[in-house]
Amino acid sequence: MLLSGADIIVKTLIEQDCDVVFGYPGGQIIHVYDSLYKYQDQLRHVLAAHEQGAVHAADGYARATGKVGVVIATSGPGATNLVTGIATAYLDSIPLVAITGNVFSSQLGSDSFQEIDITGITLPITKHNYVVGSADELHDVIREAFTIAKSGRPGPVLIDVPKDIQIGKAEVEFSCAVQPTPQQAAKDIRISEAAECINACQRPYIYFGGGMISGGAQSEMLRLAELIDAPIGCSFMGLSGIPTDTPGFLGMQGMHGHYASSMAMHKADCIIAMGVRFNDRVTGNRAKFVRGAKIVHIDIDGAELSKTVTAHHGLRGEIKLTLEKLLPLIKESKKPEWRSAVQNIVAEEHANADTREGMTPKNVLELLNGYLGAKTPVATDVGQHQMWAAQYIRFQDTLRFISNGGLGTMGFGMGAAIGAAIGTGERSVLVTGDGSFGMCLNEMATAVHENVPLVVLIMNNGVLGMVRQWQTLFFDGHYSNTVLDRKTDFVKLAEAFGAKGARAATMEELEDAFKAAFSCDGPFVIDCLIEKDEFVLPMLPPGGSMDDIIVKLGD
Amino acid sequence: MQDFTLAVLVQNKFGVLNRVTSLFRRRRFNIASLTVSETESPDYSRITVSSTGEDVMKNQLMDQLYKLSEVVSITELDSETISCELLLIKMRNTPETREDIRAAAEAFGALTVDYTRDAMMFRVTDDSHRIDRFIELMRDYTILEICRTGIVALERGSKTIIQNDMK
Repeated sequence: MLLSGADIIVKTLIEQDCDVVFGYPGGQIIHVYDSLYKYQDQLRHVLAAHEQGAVHAADGYARATGKVGVVIATSGPGATNLVTGIATAYLDSIPLVAITGNVFSSQLGSDSFQEIDITGITLPITKHNYVVGSADELHDVIREAFTIAKSGRPGPVLIDVPKDIQIGKAEVEFSCAVQPTPQQAAKDIRISEAAECINACQRPYIYFGGGMISGGAQSEMLRLAELIDAPIGCSFMGLSGIPTDTPGFLGMQGMHGHYASSMAMHKADCIIAMGVRFNDRVTGNRAKFVRGAKIVHIDIDGAELSKTVTAHHGLRGEIKLTLEKLLPLIKESKKPEWRSAVQNIVAEEHANADTREGMTPKNVLELLNGYLGAKTPVATDVGQHQMWAAQYIRFQDTLRFISNGGLGTMGFGMGAAIGAAIGTGERSVLVTGDGSFGMCLNEMATAVHENVPLVVLIMNNGVLGMVRQWQTLFFDGHYSNTVLDRKTDFVKLAEAFGAKGARAATMEELEDAFKAAFSCDGPFVIDCLIEKDEFVLPMLPPGGSMDDIIVKLGD
Repeated sequence: MQDFTLAVLVQNKFGVLNRVTSLFRRRRFNIASLTVSETESPDYSRITVSSTGEDVMKNQLMDQLYKLSEVVSITELDSETISCELLLIKMRNTPETREDIRAAAEAFGALTVDYTRDAMMFRVTDDSHRIDRFIELMRDYTILEICRTGIVALERGSKTIIQNDMK
């Protein structure tokens, strides 16, 4: 059928099983918005307060559903406002398609009003991007963009559509949604070498990240752990990959990881890593990281193998398929000595547990745990509250932890929590801090307008806590620009946006606030007051090793 | 550390060179030479990259390049490769140095492509090391300008880069 470029864009999104898009209109994308109006019964558009909120919402939608998130913005500032969100998705390998308008092709390169070279700007933060040259190629370009976004290691793709392409007409035949490009297992010889290494080891440790989740390799990984009697740890991005109470699961390792998980990894003689990238927050000082251990590294992206840490056995391939081939080569073996050593480490962690009463981060989040359903998406922003959430929130189902690990984007949470709630149809929770919430709180307007069931828990300590923690530890308590001392009343703010809110200064008040929040139809903000000198512990100082770990203050 | 040369076949699309060089820049790959040219097919361009580094760096470079959508194939060019580079060099022409410069040029098989009262220009087509040595020799005199193309290279025999398509 003969359609305008704008109609082709919207109809192709519908063809790709897209049920909701997030965005913000503007002059150079107005034709697409006209088509969204025309097809509004088939494709829901959620209007954000700011393009950054829209792209984070599309990202949160993608993280919570496993589908491709879609965001639409106009040219110039609309496009540049997407940049932080696209970079966030890129660093965490989240499938996203961003569609931007641009000026007429004939005006490109002439510094027209609201013209920007968004493909140039997003070159290093997209898997691929396009400037569409004619309406004829639009359908194929969008289909290819979806294929790239969800194939192999997922990631964001941007399509820049000049205005004349939106107006121009082309013949299109629609079909069905594209499938990810089929991937292969690692080479047999690499798998059998890795199997030998695993069969010979005494102290194995299985370490997974976001790639294991997107690869859906949970059951194969758990089978491997059972066969070789290995404890399991994960990276930040691996959280919610398996239920928190899975036997043998030690939780997140790394800079603020669980002591037992980091220590077991440190003492292991063989680390079987899958879908991880060994970044600096994971390894600390690389020269001292897991010395003596053999590393078996499975990843769909060959460029991750030996990128930062030498993989003795680098297995490039789809994780699930590779594990399926690996499992028959693995000899079942019980390792009572290693098991009891790990149990001792876990006991050490328990002995150092925070047992204080009152409004400690741990108590706040453990109370929250009681209100979380198996399917509740929990989003966070970035900072201390994020690490506390990573440590204390208990997950029962996958894709429930909606948090950005790679870029560390404060302000991510509001949009992401909205996108996760809309994508899953579940009430979502945002655990945030007063600093992060301040960055993108304008999206409260979106949550209210869309009547999103959303509990915003602001762990309000009046400071930029994570930076302050570093200033306490490494800068002699010079609290440079980290004391907020703002007069914002978050309860009144919630009410001003048309939402509800409550303040909690005690655990009793918090309990009441949770009861009200989790029975509220729309968004509910809890201003939860905590001490400004709460620390995230344990902590591996930046560039440090397990020898430098700070378990308790005063260590 | 070792010198290596890669031939990278890419789709002949607008902006593809920018994607490749942007990758080198942001991943901090140090490139000694880079040439781009058309190929036997209008669908593809060929990029020849030479660099120096450990195997880890070389593998990273190849793996990262492979992730670009428009990269079709990569071949490492080893000793079974014909490889050369083109140099244009402009020397100051004085009666005192004229004969020495011409003798050196002759020894390197350089072609005199321009000759004026105060300047002479040579063209050398050779492998990069011999070109380096010729330039080194010329430093004894006054070099006015240099322009070199970077390496172009093809594997010996009937094998072609398109047969190495790893995607």
